[in-house]
Amino acid sequence: MKKKLFPSPRAWKEAKAAYLFVAPTLIGLLILNFYPIISTFYLSFCKTGDFGLNNTFAGLVNYARLIRDPDIPQSLLNTFRYALVQVSFSISLSLVLAVLVNRKMRAVSVYRTIYFLPMICAPAAIAMVWRWMFNSDFGLLNKLLGTHISWTTNPNTAWLCVAVVGIWSSLGYNMVLLLGGLQDIPKDYYEAAAIDGASGIDAFFHVTIPLLSPTLFFIIQTGIIGALQLFDLPYMIIDESSRAMGTVKSVTYLFYQHSFMKGERGYGSAIVIFMMLVIALITWLIQRTEKRWVHYN
Amino acid sequence: MGYKAKQKLNAGIVHIVLIIGAIGMLAPFLWMVLTAFKSKSQAISVDPFYFLPQGAWHFENFTEVWNSYNFLRLYINTLIMMALRVLSALLTATMCGYAFGRLEFPGKKALFSIVLLQMMVPSQIFIIPQYLMVSKMHLLNTQFALVFPGVVTAFGTYLFKQAFQSLPREMEEAAELDGCSVFQRFSLIMLPLTRSALVSLGIFTALFAYKDMMWPMIVASDPSKTTLSAALAKLQGQFGSNYPQIMAGALMAIIPMMVIYLIFQKQFIEGIATSGGKL
Repeated sequence: MKKKLFPSPRAWKEAKAAYLFVAPTLIGLLILNFYPIISTFYLSFCKTGDFGLNNTFAGLVNYARLIRDPDIPQSLLNTFRYALVQVSFSISLSLVLAVLVNRKMRAVSVYRTIYFLPMICAPAAIAMVWRWMFNSDFGLLNKLLGTHISWTTNPNTAWLCVAVVGIWSSLGYNMVLLLGGLQDIPKDYYEAAAIDGASGIDAFFHVTIPLLSPTLFFIIQTGIIGALQLFDLPYMIIDESSRAMGTVKSVTYLFYQHSFMKGERGYGSAIVIFMMLVIALITWLIQRTEKRWVHYN
Repeated sequence: MGYKAKQKLNAGIVHIVLIIGAIGMLAPFLWMVLTAFKSKSQAISVDPFYFLPQGAWHFENFTEVWNSYNFLRLYINTLIMMALRVLSALLTATMCGYAFGRLEFPGKKALFSIVLLQMMVPSQIFIIPQYLMVSKMHLLNTQFALVFPGVVTAFGTYLFKQAFQSLPREMEEAAELDGCSVFQRFSLIMLPLTRSALVSLGIFTALFAYKDMMWPMIVASDPSKTTLSAALAKLQGQFGSNYPQIMAGALMAIIPMMVIYLIFQKQFIEGIATSGGKL
Protein backbone atom coordinates (compact mmCIF):
# COMPACT_ATOMS: atom_id res chain seq x y z
CA MET A 1 0.00 0.00 0.00
CA LYS A 2 1.23 3.45 -0.80
CA LYS A 3 2.31 5.44 2.21
CA LYS A 4 0.06 8.38 2.81
CA LEU A 5 1.76 11.74 2.37
CA PHE A 6 0.03 13.15 5.42
CA PRO A 7 -1.04 10.33 7.78
CA SER A 8 -3.02 12.63 10.08
CA PRO A 9 -4.47 16.15 10.23
CA ARG A 10 -1.76 16.96 12.73
CA ALA A 11 0.95 15.95 10.25
CA TRP A 12 -0.64 18.14 7.58
CA LYS A 13 -0.77 21.06 10.01
CA GLU A 14 2.90 20.60 10.87
CA ALA A 15 3.92 20.36 7.22
CA LYS A 16 1.94 23.47 6.35
CA ALA A 17 3.77 25.44 9.03
CA ALA A 18 7.10 23.99 7.91
CA TYR A 19 6.60 25.07 4.28
CA LEU A 20 5.75 28.55 5.48
CA PHE A 21 8.88 28.61 7.64
CA VAL A 22 11.29 27.43 4.94
CA ALA A 23 9.73 29.53 2.17
CA PRO A 24 11.55 32.86 2.74
CA THR A 25 15.00 31.25 2.92
CA LEU A 26 14.43 28.84 0.06
CA ILE A 27 12.95 31.45 -2.27
CA GLY A 28 15.88 33.70 -1.41
CA LEU A 29 18.41 30.94 -2.03
CA LEU A 30 16.76 30.03 -5.33
CA ILE A 31 16.95 33.62 -6.59
CA LEU A 32 20.29 34.60 -5.07
CA ASN A 33 22.25 31.38 -5.37
CA PHE A 34 20.59 28.58 -7.28
CA TYR A 35 19.63 30.59 -10.36
CA PRO A 36 23.06 32.35 -10.40
CA ILE A 37 24.87 29.01 -10.52
CA ILE A 38 22.91 28.03 -13.64
CA SER A 39 23.20 31.52 -15.06
CA THR A 40 26.98 31.66 -14.55
CA PHE A 41 27.27 28.24 -16.16
CA TYR A 42 25.26 29.46 -19.16
CA LEU A 43 27.19 32.75 -19.36
CA SER A 44 30.43 30.82 -19.54
CA PHE A 45 29.31 29.61 -22.98
CA CYS A 46 28.43 33.13 -24.13
CA LYS A 47 30.32 35.87 -25.84
CA THR A 48 29.82 39.23 -24.13
CA GLY A 49 29.08 42.22 -26.37
CA ASP A 50 30.18 45.81 -25.88
CA PHE A 51 29.55 47.35 -22.45
CA GLY A 52 28.90 43.86 -21.10
CA LEU A 53 25.58 43.65 -22.96
CA ASN A 54 24.10 41.27 -25.53
CA ASN A 55 25.32 37.87 -24.53
CA THR A 56 25.24 35.51 -27.48
CA PHE A 57 25.74 31.79 -27.28
CA ALA A 58 29.19 30.95 -28.56
CA GLY A 59 29.84 27.38 -27.51
CA LEU A 60 33.23 26.63 -26.03
CA VAL A 61 34.92 29.88 -27.07
CA ASN A 62 35.63 30.98 -23.50
CA TYR A 63 36.96 27.59 -22.45
CA ALA A 64 39.17 27.44 -25.54
CA ARG A 65 40.55 30.82 -24.51
CA LEU A 66 40.97 29.67 -20.92
CA ILE A 67 43.17 26.77 -21.99
CA ARG A 68 45.44 29.03 -24.00
CA ASP A 69 45.52 31.99 -21.59
CA PRO A 70 48.97 32.06 -19.92
CA ASP A 71 47.44 34.03 -17.03
CA ILE A 72 45.48 30.95 -15.94
CA PRO A 73 48.36 28.60 -15.06
CA GLN A 74 50.27 31.56 -13.63
CA SER A 75 47.39 32.62 -11.36
CA LEU A 76 46.80 29.00 -10.34
CA LEU A 77 50.44 28.71 -9.39
CA ASN A 78 50.25 32.00 -7.45
CA THR A 79 47.12 30.90 -5.62
CA PHE A 80 48.46 27.44 -4.76
CA ARG A 81 51.72 28.90 -3.54
CA TYR A 82 49.87 31.37 -1.35
CA ALA A 83 47.53 28.70 0.03
CA LEU A 84 50.41 26.34 0.81
CA VAL A 85 52.60 28.95 2.51
CA GLN A 86 49.82 30.80 4.29
CA VAL A 87 48.07 27.73 5.67
CA SER A 88 51.20 25.82 6.71
CA PHE A 89 52.89 28.75 8.44
CA SER A 90 49.73 30.09 10.02
CA ILE A 91 48.76 26.72 11.46
CA SER A 92 52.24 25.80 12.72
CA LEU A 93 52.71 29.18 14.37
CA SER A 94 49.25 29.22 15.89
CA LEU A 95 49.75 25.67 17.16
CA VAL A 96 52.83 26.87 19.04
CA LEU A 97 50.86 29.84 20.38
CA ALA A 98 47.92 27.65 21.42
CA VAL A 99 50.20 25.21 23.27
CA LEU A 100 51.92 28.11 25.05
CA VAL A 101 48.65 29.74 26.03
CA ASN A 102 47.08 26.45 27.14
CA ARG A 103 48.04 26.63 30.81
CA LYS A 104 46.75 28.19 33.94
CA MET A 105 47.53 31.86 33.69
CA ARG A 106 45.56 35.01 34.06
CA ALA A 107 46.79 36.69 30.88
CA VAL A 108 45.27 34.09 28.50
CA SER A 109 42.31 36.23 27.52
CA VAL A 110 44.54 39.27 27.00
CA TYR A 111 46.75 37.38 24.55
CA ARG A 112 43.74 35.89 22.82
CA THR A 113 42.13 39.30 22.41
CA ILE A 114 45.31 40.76 20.89
CA TYR A 115 46.08 37.88 18.52
CA PHE A 116 42.48 37.80 17.36
CA LEU A 117 42.35 41.54 16.57
CA PRO A 118 42.99 41.32 12.78
CA MET A 119 39.92 39.08 12.37
CA ILE A 120 37.55 41.94 13.18
CA CYS A 121 39.24 44.55 10.98
CA ALA A 122 38.40 45.43 7.41
CA PRO A 123 41.00 43.60 5.27
CA ALA A 124 41.32 46.77 3.21
CA ALA A 125 42.55 48.72 6.24
CA ILE A 126 44.97 45.98 7.22
CA ALA A 127 46.33 45.78 3.69
CA MET A 128 46.82 49.55 3.62
CA VAL A 129 48.95 49.74 6.75
CA TRP A 130 51.07 46.76 5.68
CA ARG A 131 51.57 48.29 2.25
CA TRP A 132 52.79 51.43 3.97
CA MET A 133 55.13 49.43 6.21
CA PHE A 134 56.47 47.60 3.13
CA ASN A 135 57.11 50.91 1.31
CA SER A 136 60.59 50.82 -0.21
CA ASP A 137 61.63 54.43 0.51
CA PHE A 138 59.91 55.33 3.77
CA GLY A 139 58.47 52.05 5.09
CA LEU A 140 58.93 50.97 8.68
CA LEU A 141 60.29 47.57 7.68
CA ASN A 142 63.19 48.91 5.62
CA LYS A 143 63.95 51.48 8.32
CA LEU A 144 64.13 48.84 11.04
CA LEU A 145 66.20 46.48 8.89
CA GLY A 146 68.36 49.25 7.42
CA THR A 147 67.64 47.91 3.94
CA HIS A 148 66.16 49.37 0.79
CA ILE A 149 64.13 46.51 -0.62
CA SER A 150 61.19 47.14 -2.97
CA TRP A 151 59.06 44.61 -1.11
CA THR A 152 55.78 45.04 -2.98
CA THR A 153 57.08 45.86 -6.46
CA ASN A 154 59.77 43.20 -6.78
CA PRO A 155 58.23 40.01 -8.26
CA ASN A 156 60.43 37.89 -5.96
CA THR A 157 59.19 39.42 -2.72
CA ALA A 158 55.69 40.70 -3.54
CA TRP A 159 53.99 37.33 -3.08
CA LEU A 160 55.80 36.93 0.25
CA CYS A 161 54.35 40.26 1.41
CA VAL A 162 50.85 39.05 0.65
CA ALA A 163 51.54 35.73 2.40
CA VAL A 164 52.94 37.47 5.49
CA VAL A 165 49.82 39.60 5.83
CA GLY A 166 47.64 36.53 5.28
CA ILE A 167 49.50 34.61 8.00
CA TRP A 168 49.44 37.54 10.41
CA SER A 169 45.70 38.00 9.87
CA SER A 170 44.74 34.38 10.52
CA LEU A 171 46.97 33.51 13.50
CA GLY A 172 44.42 34.46 16.14
CA TYR A 173 41.55 32.57 14.53
CA ASN A 174 43.55 29.35 14.21
CA MET A 175 44.92 29.79 17.71
CA VAL A 176 41.42 30.07 19.18
CA LEU A 177 40.21 26.91 17.42
CA LEU A 178 43.34 24.94 18.35
CA LEU A 179 43.12 26.13 21.95
CA GLY A 180 39.55 24.84 22.06
CA GLY A 181 40.78 21.48 20.75
CA LEU A 182 43.63 21.37 23.29
CA GLN A 183 41.31 22.07 26.19
CA ASP A 184 39.17 19.09 25.19
CA ILE A 185 42.09 16.68 25.64
CA PRO A 186 41.70 14.92 29.01
CA LYS A 187 44.60 15.54 31.41
CA ASP A 188 44.81 11.80 32.22
CA TYR A 189 46.35 11.13 28.81
CA TYR A 190 49.34 13.29 29.66
CA GLU A 191 49.65 11.78 33.11
CA ALA A 192 49.61 8.28 31.62
CA ALA A 193 52.25 9.33 29.08
CA ALA A 194 54.42 10.80 31.84
CA ILE A 195 54.20 7.60 33.89
CA ASP A 196 55.31 5.65 30.82
CA GLY A 197 58.35 7.92 30.75
CA ALA A 198 57.38 10.03 27.74
CA SER A 199 59.12 13.40 27.44
CA GLY A 200 57.19 16.61 26.71
CA ILE A 201 58.05 16.30 23.02
CA ASP A 202 56.97 12.62 22.90
CA ALA A 203 53.67 13.58 24.52
CA PHE A 204 53.20 16.36 21.98
CA PHE A 205 53.58 14.06 18.98
CA HIS A 206 51.87 10.99 20.42
CA VAL A 207 49.12 12.52 22.52
CA THR A 208 48.50 16.13 21.48
CA ILE A 209 48.71 15.82 17.70
CA PRO A 210 46.52 12.68 17.32
CA LEU A 211 43.87 14.01 19.70
CA LEU A 212 43.99 17.41 18.04
CA SER A 213 43.80 15.93 14.55
CA PRO A 214 40.05 16.57 14.01
CA THR A 215 40.57 20.28 14.78
CA LEU A 216 43.73 20.38 12.68
CA PHE A 217 41.96 18.72 9.78
CA PHE A 218 39.10 21.19 10.01
CA ILE A 219 41.29 24.30 9.98
CA ILE A 220 43.56 22.91 7.26
CA GLN A 221 40.58 22.20 5.01
CA THR A 222 38.68 25.44 5.62
CA GLY A 223 41.97 27.38 5.56
CA ILE A 224 42.96 26.03 2.16
CA ILE A 225 39.50 26.59 0.67
CA GLY A 226 39.55 30.15 2.00
CA ALA A 227 43.08 30.79 0.74
CA LEU A 228 42.15 29.56 -2.74
CA GLN A 229 39.64 32.43 -2.92
CA LEU A 230 42.23 35.10 -2.11
CA PHE A 231 41.36 38.55 -3.46
CA ASP A 232 41.44 41.53 -1.06
CA LEU A 233 45.11 41.38 -0.10
CA PRO A 234 46.73 41.32 -3.56
CA TYR A 235 44.16 43.85 -4.79
CA MET A 236 45.06 46.30 -2.02
CA ILE A 237 48.76 45.62 -1.42
CA ILE A 238 50.13 45.29 -4.94
CA ASP A 239 49.81 48.00 -7.60
CA GLU A 240 47.70 46.85 -10.54
CA SER A 241 50.28 48.20 -12.98
CA SER A 242 53.27 46.78 -11.11
CA ARG A 243 55.17 43.97 -12.80
CA ALA A 244 54.97 42.15 -9.47
CA MET A 245 51.23 41.72 -9.98
CA GLY A 246 51.96 38.91 -12.44
CA THR A 247 53.43 36.77 -9.67
CA VAL A 248 50.76 37.66 -7.13
CA LYS A 249 47.40 37.77 -8.85
CA SER A 250 45.07 35.03 -7.76
CA VAL A 251 42.36 33.21 -9.70
CA THR A 252 39.69 35.32 -7.99
CA TYR A 253 41.61 38.45 -8.92
CA LEU A 254 41.65 37.29 -12.55
CA PHE A 255 37.92 36.63 -12.32
CA TYR A 256 37.29 40.13 -10.95
CA GLN A 257 39.56 41.73 -13.52
CA HIS A 258 37.85 40.13 -16.50
CA SER A 259 34.28 40.33 -15.21
CA PHE A 260 34.21 43.82 -13.75
CA MET A 261 37.21 45.80 -14.98
CA LYS A 262 37.17 44.60 -18.59
CA GLY A 263 33.45 43.77 -18.80
CA GLU A 264 34.12 40.28 -20.22
CA ARG A 265 31.48 38.49 -18.19
CA GLY A 266 31.44 35.41 -20.42
CA TYR A 267 35.13 34.81 -19.90
CA GLY A 268 34.84 35.78 -16.22
CA SER A 269 32.13 33.14 -15.83
CA ALA A 270 34.34 30.50 -17.44
CA ILE A 271 37.13 31.41 -15.00
CA VAL A 272 34.88 31.10 -11.96
CA ILE A 273 33.46 27.76 -13.15
CA PHE A 274 37.02 26.54 -13.62
CA MET A 275 37.88 27.81 -10.15
CA MET A 276 34.93 25.96 -8.63
CA LEU A 277 36.15 22.73 -10.23
CA VAL A 278 39.69 23.28 -8.92
CA ILE A 279 38.40 23.92 -5.39
CA ALA A 280 36.17 20.83 -5.59
CA LEU A 281 39.11 18.72 -6.71
CA ILE A 282 41.37 20.00 -3.94
CA THR A 283 38.66 19.49 -1.32
CA TRP A 284 38.22 15.92 -2.52
CA LEU A 285 41.98 15.31 -2.33
CA ILE A 286 42.15 16.71 1.20
CA GLN A 287 39.24 14.57 2.32
CA ARG A 288 40.92 11.48 0.92
CA THR A 289 43.82 12.03 3.35
CA GLU A 290 41.42 12.26 6.29
CA LYS A 291 41.27 8.54 7.13
CA ARG A 292 45.05 8.26 7.22
CA TRP A 293 45.79 10.72 9.98
CA VAL A 294 42.62 12.03 11.60
CA HIS A 295 41.45 10.20 14.72
CA TYR A 296 37.88 10.64 15.83
CA ASN A 297 36.92 9.28 19.23
CA MET B 1 67.28 24.16 40.55
CA GLY B 2 64.10 23.23 42.39
CA TYR B 3 60.86 22.19 40.70
CA LYS B 4 59.09 25.43 41.65
CA ALA B 5 61.91 27.59 40.31
CA LYS B 6 61.96 25.64 37.07
CA GLN B 7 58.20 26.09 36.64
CA LYS B 8 58.59 29.82 37.22
CA LEU B 9 61.39 30.05 34.67
CA ASN B 10 59.28 28.15 32.11
CA ALA B 11 56.31 30.44 32.69
CA GLY B 12 58.62 33.43 32.27
CA ILE B 13 59.92 32.16 28.93
CA VAL B 14 56.36 31.46 27.76
CA HIS B 15 55.33 35.00 28.61
CA ILE B 16 58.32 36.49 26.83
CA VAL B 17 57.51 34.57 23.64
CA LEU B 18 53.82 35.52 23.83
CA ILE B 19 54.63 39.17 24.52
CA ILE B 20 56.99 39.34 21.54
CA GLY B 21 54.21 37.85 19.42
CA ALA B 22 51.69 40.31 20.81
CA ILE B 23 54.01 43.22 19.92
CA GLY B 24 54.14 41.84 16.38
CA MET B 25 50.36 41.73 16.27
CA LEU B 26 49.94 45.26 17.60
CA ALA B 27 52.80 46.97 15.75
CA PRO B 28 50.87 47.56 12.49
CA PHE B 29 47.99 49.13 14.43
CA LEU B 30 50.38 51.30 16.41
CA TRP B 31 52.13 52.38 13.24
CA MET B 32 48.78 53.21 11.70
CA VAL B 33 47.95 55.51 14.65
CA LEU B 34 51.37 57.16 14.76
CA THR B 35 51.41 57.81 11.01
CA ALA B 36 47.88 59.19 11.03
CA PHE B 37 48.96 61.99 13.38
CA LYS B 38 52.09 63.01 11.50
CA SER B 39 52.52 65.64 8.84
CA LYS B 40 53.23 64.29 5.39
CA SER B 41 56.85 65.44 5.56
CA GLN B 42 57.37 63.76 8.93
CA ALA B 43 55.92 60.51 7.66
CA ILE B 44 58.30 60.33 4.72
CA SER B 45 61.33 61.89 6.39
CA VAL B 46 64.31 59.64 5.86
CA ASP B 47 66.75 61.40 8.09
CA PRO B 48 65.89 61.91 10.90
CA PHE B 49 63.44 59.06 11.29
CA TYR B 50 60.43 60.21 13.27
CA PHE B 51 58.93 57.42 15.27
CA LEU B 52 56.49 59.70 17.08
CA PRO B 53 54.73 62.69 15.51
CA GLN B 54 56.81 65.81 16.14
CA GLY B 55 55.36 69.00 17.60
CA ALA B 56 51.60 69.25 17.39
CA TRP B 57 49.68 66.09 16.47
CA HIS B 58 48.05 66.55 13.11
CA PHE B 59 44.35 66.02 13.67
CA GLU B 60 43.64 67.76 10.38
CA ASN B 61 44.50 64.53 8.55
CA PHE B 62 41.29 63.12 9.96
CA THR B 63 39.12 66.14 9.21
CA GLU B 64 40.39 66.32 5.64
CA VAL B 65 39.70 62.66 4.90
CA TRP B 66 36.41 62.88 6.79
CA ASN B 67 35.22 65.75 4.61
CA SER B 68 36.54 64.67 1.24
CA TYR B 69 35.16 61.14 1.68
CA ASN B 70 31.99 62.00 3.55
CA PHE B 71 32.76 59.44 6.24
CA LEU B 72 29.50 60.17 7.98
CA ARG B 73 27.68 58.79 4.91
CA LEU B 74 30.02 55.78 4.81
CA TYR B 75 29.32 54.97 8.46
CA ILE B 76 25.57 55.29 7.90
CA ASN B 77 25.62 53.17 4.71
CA THR B 78 27.70 50.48 6.38
CA LEU B 79 25.62 50.47 9.54
CA ILE B 80 22.31 50.23 7.69
CA MET B 81 23.63 47.44 5.47
CA MET B 82 24.87 45.49 8.50
CA ALA B 83 21.67 46.03 10.47
CA LEU B 84 19.34 45.01 7.63
CA ARG B 85 21.41 41.93 6.81
CA VAL B 86 21.55 40.86 10.44
CA LEU B 87 17.79 41.32 10.94
CA SER B 88 16.89 39.54 7.75
CA ALA B 89 19.38 36.71 8.29
CA LEU B 90 18.24 36.10 11.87
CA LEU B 91 14.56 36.16 10.96
CA THR B 92 14.77 33.83 7.96
CA ALA B 93 17.44 31.49 9.30
CA THR B 94 15.78 30.82 12.65
CA MET B 95 12.47 29.95 11.01
CA CYS B 96 14.04 27.82 8.32
CA GLY B 97 16.44 26.13 10.74
CA TYR B 98 13.56 25.32 13.06
CA ALA B 99 11.57 23.69 10.27
CA PHE B 100 14.54 21.61 9.10
CA GLY B 101 15.62 20.71 12.63
CA ARG B 102 12.29 20.11 14.32
CA LEU B 103 9.40 19.60 11.90
CA GLU B 104 8.50 16.74 9.58
CA PHE B 105 7.35 17.44 6.03
CA PRO B 106 7.55 15.77 2.63
CA GLY B 107 10.52 16.90 0.55
CA LYS B 108 12.58 17.93 3.58
CA LYS B 109 15.80 16.25 2.43
CA ALA B 110 15.54 17.51 -1.14
CA LEU B 111 14.88 21.07 0.01
CA PHE B 112 17.75 20.96 2.48
CA SER B 113 20.11 20.01 -0.32
CA ILE B 114 19.59 23.52 -1.75
CA VAL B 115 20.98 24.88 1.52
CA LEU B 116 23.94 22.52 1.39
CA LEU B 117 24.63 23.33 -2.26
CA GLN B 118 24.97 27.03 -1.47
CA MET B 119 27.48 26.24 1.27
CA MET B 120 29.60 24.01 -0.94
CA VAL B 121 30.26 26.24 -3.94
CA PRO B 122 32.61 29.23 -3.79
CA SER B 123 30.60 32.43 -3.40
CA GLN B 124 32.26 34.15 -6.39
CA ILE B 125 30.11 32.01 -8.66
CA PHE B 126 27.00 33.99 -7.65
CA ILE B 127 28.43 37.45 -8.19
CA ILE B 128 27.98 38.12 -11.92
CA PRO B 129 24.27 37.11 -12.04
CA GLN B 130 23.59 38.91 -8.75
CA TYR B 131 25.18 42.03 -10.20
CA LEU B 132 23.17 41.67 -13.44
CA MET B 133 19.93 41.36 -11.45
CA VAL B 134 20.62 44.52 -9.45
CA SER B 135 21.69 46.31 -12.60
CA LYS B 136 18.55 45.28 -14.53
CA MET B 137 16.37 46.54 -11.68
CA HIS B 138 18.23 49.89 -11.98
CA LEU B 139 19.19 49.66 -8.34
CA LEU B 140 22.96 50.05 -8.55
CA ASN B 141 24.33 52.51 -5.99
CA THR B 142 21.44 52.01 -3.57
CA GLN B 143 21.13 50.62 -0.09
CA PHE B 144 19.12 47.77 -1.58
CA ALA B 145 22.08 46.71 -3.73
CA LEU B 146 24.36 46.55 -0.69
CA VAL B 147 21.96 44.38 1.31
CA PHE B 148 20.71 42.20 -1.58
CA PRO B 149 22.97 39.08 -1.48
CA GLY B 150 22.76 38.90 2.31
CA VAL B 151 18.99 38.73 2.93
CA VAL B 152 19.04 34.96 3.42
CA THR B 153 21.79 32.73 4.71
CA ALA B 154 22.46 29.06 4.06
CA PHE B 155 25.14 28.96 6.73
CA GLY B 156 22.76 30.50 9.28
CA THR B 157 20.06 28.00 8.37
CA TYR B 158 22.50 25.17 8.92
CA LEU B 159 23.64 26.68 12.23
CA PHE B 160 20.06 26.93 13.50
CA LYS B 161 19.11 23.47 12.28
CA GLN B 162 21.90 22.16 14.52
CA ALA B 163 20.95 24.46 17.40
CA PHE B 164 17.28 23.42 17.38
CA GLN B 165 18.13 19.74 16.99
CA SER B 166 20.30 19.82 20.10
CA LEU B 167 17.44 21.07 22.32
CA PRO B 168 15.44 18.54 24.38
CA ARG B 169 12.08 17.41 22.97
CA GLU B 170 10.13 17.37 26.25
CA MET B 171 9.44 21.06 26.61
CA GLU B 172 8.02 21.31 23.15
CA GLU B 173 5.86 18.24 23.60
CA ALA B 174 4.43 19.65 26.83
CA ALA B 175 3.66 22.90 25.06
CA GLU B 176 1.93 21.04 22.26
CA LEU B 177 -0.29 19.22 24.74
CA ASP B 178 -1.16 22.59 26.23
CA GLY B 179 -2.43 23.58 22.82
CA CYS B 180 0.42 25.77 21.54
CA SER B 181 0.53 26.17 17.76
CA VAL B 182 3.71 25.47 15.81
CA PHE B 183 4.41 29.16 15.59
CA GLN B 184 3.95 29.68 19.33
CA ARG B 185 6.21 26.75 20.12
CA PHE B 186 8.87 28.20 17.85
CA SER B 187 8.74 31.81 18.93
CA LEU B 188 7.88 31.53 22.63
CA ILE B 189 9.57 28.32 23.72
CA MET B 190 12.33 27.20 21.39
CA LEU B 191 13.76 30.44 20.00
CA PRO B 192 14.72 31.94 23.38
CA LEU B 193 16.78 28.79 24.04
CA THR B 194 19.05 29.44 21.07
CA ARG B 195 20.51 32.68 22.39
CA SER B 196 24.14 31.79 21.80
CA ALA B 197 23.42 30.81 18.18
CA LEU B 198 21.53 34.08 17.70
CA VAL B 199 24.50 36.05 19.00
CA SER B 200 26.95 34.02 16.89
CA LEU B 201 25.02 34.45 13.64
CA GLY B 202 24.39 38.13 14.35
CA ILE B 203 28.08 38.84 14.89
CA PHE B 204 29.15 36.70 11.96
CA THR B 205 26.67 38.36 9.57
CA ALA B 206 27.58 41.86 10.72
CA LEU B 207 31.33 41.23 10.44
CA PHE B 208 31.02 39.53 7.07
CA ALA B 209 29.07 42.51 5.70
CA TYR B 210 31.55 44.96 7.23
CA LYS B 211 34.64 43.18 5.86
CA ASP B 212 33.35 42.36 2.38
CA MET B 213 35.01 44.51 -0.24
CA MET B 214 34.27 43.03 -3.66
CA TRP B 215 30.46 43.26 -3.65
CA PRO B 216 30.18 46.94 -2.62
CA MET B 217 32.98 47.79 -5.06
CA ILE B 218 30.92 46.24 -7.86
CA VAL B 219 27.43 47.56 -7.10
CA ALA B 220 28.22 50.85 -5.33
CA SER B 221 30.95 52.65 -7.23
CA ASP B 222 29.57 56.04 -6.17
CA PRO B 223 31.70 57.07 -3.14
CA SER B 224 28.70 58.46 -1.27
CA LYS B 225 26.69 55.24 -1.71
CA THR B 226 29.32 52.68 -0.79
CA THR B 227 30.62 51.07 2.41
CA LEU B 228 33.72 51.69 4.51
CA SER B 229 35.62 48.69 3.13
CA ALA B 230 35.06 49.61 -0.51
CA ALA B 231 35.73 53.30 0.14
CA LEU B 232 39.17 52.44 1.53
CA ALA B 233 40.12 50.92 -1.82
CA LYS B 234 39.19 54.18 -3.54
CA LEU B 235 40.87 56.26 -0.87
CA GLN B 236 44.17 54.49 -1.37
CA GLY B 237 43.91 55.10 -5.10
CA GLN B 238 43.12 58.79 -4.68
CA PHE B 239 45.37 59.92 -1.83
CA GLY B 240 48.23 57.87 -3.25
CA SER B 241 51.32 58.79 -1.31
CA ASN B 242 49.71 60.94 1.38
CA TYR B 243 50.31 58.24 3.96
CA PRO B 244 49.11 60.16 7.04
CA GLN B 245 45.73 60.72 5.39
CA ILE B 246 45.48 57.14 4.13
CA MET B 247 46.21 55.88 7.64
CA ALA B 248 43.70 58.32 9.12
CA GLY B 249 41.05 56.91 6.79
CA ALA B 250 41.95 53.30 7.59
CA LEU B 251 41.91 54.07 11.30
CA MET B 252 38.48 55.68 11.13
CA ALA B 253 37.17 52.64 9.28
CA ILE B 254 38.31 50.14 11.93
CA ILE B 255 37.94 52.07 15.21
CA PRO B 256 34.16 51.59 15.78
CA MET B 257 34.33 47.83 15.22
CA MET B 258 37.40 47.60 17.45
CA VAL B 259 35.63 49.33 20.32
CA ILE B 260 32.62 47.00 20.02
CA TYR B 261 34.99 44.02 19.87
CA LEU B 262 36.82 45.03 23.01
CA ILE B 263 33.51 45.24 24.88
CA PHE B 264 32.03 41.98 23.56
CA GLN B 265 35.23 40.05 22.85
CA LYS B 266 34.00 36.76 24.27
CA GLN B 267 30.89 36.74 22.05
CA PHE B 268 32.93 37.87 19.03
CA ILE B 269 35.53 35.15 19.40
CA GLU B 270 32.88 32.45 19.90
CA GLY B 271 30.78 33.75 17.04
CA ILE B 272 33.67 33.81 14.60
CA ALA B 273 35.04 30.47 15.80
CA THR B 274 31.78 28.78 14.77
CA SER B 275 31.81 30.34 11.30
CA GLY B 276 33.98 27.63 9.75
CA GLY B 277 36.60 29.86 8.17
CA LYS B 278 34.12 31.77 6.06
CA LEU B 279 35.29 35.14 7.33
